[in-house]
Amino acid sequence: MLNIFEVNETNQMIEQEQLDVRTITMGISLLDCCDRDLDKLNENIYRKITTYAKELVSTGQAIEREYGIPIVNKRISVTPIALVGGCACKSSQDYVTIARTLDRAAHEVGVNFIGGYSALVSKGMTPAEELLIRSIPQALSETERVCSSVNVGSTKTGIDMDAVRLMGEMIKATAEATRENDSMGCAKLVVFCNAPDDNPFMAGAFHGVTEGDAVINVGVSGPGVVKCALEQVRGANFEVLCETIKKTAFKITRVGQLVAQEASRRLGVPFGIIDLSLAPTPAVGDSVGQILEEIGLEQVGAPGTTAALALLNDQVKKGGVMASSYVGGLSGAFIPVSEDQHMIDAAACGCLTLEKLEAMTCVCSVGLDMIAIPGDTTASTISGIIADEAAIGMVNQKTTAVRVIPAVGKSVGDTVEFGGLLGYAPVMPVNTRSCEAFVTRGGRIPAPIHSFKN
Amino acid sequence: MSKAIITVVGMDTVGIIARVCTYLAESKINILDISQTIIQEYFNMMMIVDYSSTEKDFGTVVDDLEALGDEIGVRIRCQKEEIFTKMHRI
Repeated sequence: MLNIFEVNETNQMIEQEQLDVRTITMGISLLDCCDRDLDKLNENIYRKITTYAKELVSTGQAIEREYGIPIVNKRISVTPIALVGGCACKSSQDYVTIARTLDRAAHEVGVNFIGGYSALVSKGMTPAEELLIRSIPQALSETERVCSSVNVGSTKTGIDMDAVRLMGEMIKATAEATRENDSMGCAKLVVFCNAPDDNPFMAGAFHGVTEGDAVINVGVSGPGVVKCALEQVRGANFEVLCETIKKTAFKITRVGQLVAQEASRRLGVPFGIIDLSLAPTPAVGDSVGQILEEIGLEQVGAPGTTAALALLNDQVKKGGVMASSYVGGLSGAFIPVSEDQHMIDAAACGCLTLEKLEAMTCVCSVGLDMIAIPGDTTASTISGIIADEAAIGMVNQKTTAVRVIPAVGKSVGDTVEFGGLLGYAPVMPVNTRSCEAFVTRGGRIPAPIHSFKN
Repeated sequence: MSKAIITVVGMDTVGIIARVCTYLAESKINILDISQTIIQEYFNMMMIVDYSSTEKDFGTVVDDLEALGDEIGVRIRCQKEEIFTKMHRI
């Protein structure tokens, strides 16, 4: 039988250490909504989303109340819209109508984000996919809750450098289109390499074509819990350190598994995966940077940061995989600068640089995330940053991503405010030497030799 | 049997258990186990209860107990047992 100490431990994690389930994300396939007529297509999409996700928010709230565990976000991911709109959309404007439909559906069911305004172009772009990509700036400036992602490379296909070049331009255009709002549109736009089909976290969530009709994916969180557990083992050796992280990750993930199973049962939608990510928020005590500091760094960004992050990421996975029957998505530690107070502080004082962050992305679950860069950064430089990240992902057979915000009118030393869970970010310096001649070559970078496993 | 865990934390005062038990009895919720400690004048109680016979919606019980806690000046939480068993039992 449970004892009072176990019960108190769980409740302390929830009340004082910011343990929460970060998101329940319902993936919905829109492939059966396809129609040649754009109006009909939009109507089909709206009807399917609002029918399937009608009870999503209320179910999430009921689970929260009954188990006493906060579920911060309820969200939806859909089939990449480039595929869904392919036969109806003849222009970028046509695609924007779908973005508006998604936004309307998100408002109707009460979710705070809907992901999947996406294109998967890791080897090449169809005309439809290019139209969607070109519509992103307008789509993100005219909608509130729609998130967009583009997969530009993979270990199996190499990197589509035409798409990389185009995305540099689209990120700049999105920043410009949302300049009144601190270039907020870019916070809802991710460029991936090796994008997973079942990621529940925004802005990169989409419902992959390998998925079923609908699925429930859950993203857990809990940096604060790991941090508090590590406070108890200060000065202990690596074995003790790793064991502590593993045990904590196990406990956190079990909660996610419970919530996922409950949500799946109540909604009558199959359970997909648990994403084991440690996702920080700007709240005090909910920081991945702080965990790295607790491991032994004076400040995140110091030498040793990459090793500490590698260790953390690995132990989170090792503890988490045993706690859930299906693990997927990104699963690891997130390092979004604007969403993590200790990362913000380190970036603001120059201890954490873009180059160090790039190194960190080699060993964590995502990539350069929520980083504000000067508004005058050129499109080709952004493409260069994307290419570097994509290369890391391609060669290391892992997901990498870029979500940078070239804040219009701002330069190093300024701050960009996104608000809420997205936080705020100091504008970080970018190496301004040109890579124009590199990114404009055209074509694609071939798949690496170790991808030929057949 | 459907088990839930009720925890009460706060300054010790007369009649905390009585008030909680009265509510549970009225709601046809059966108490299976009670353990209690006082740490530095702080009252810390845990009850394991069976709510399978109650006619009330579980969410309502959660809200009622929270309101009762506010009245007494303590924090009362009522949570389905699985969140604890999942975390602490393999």
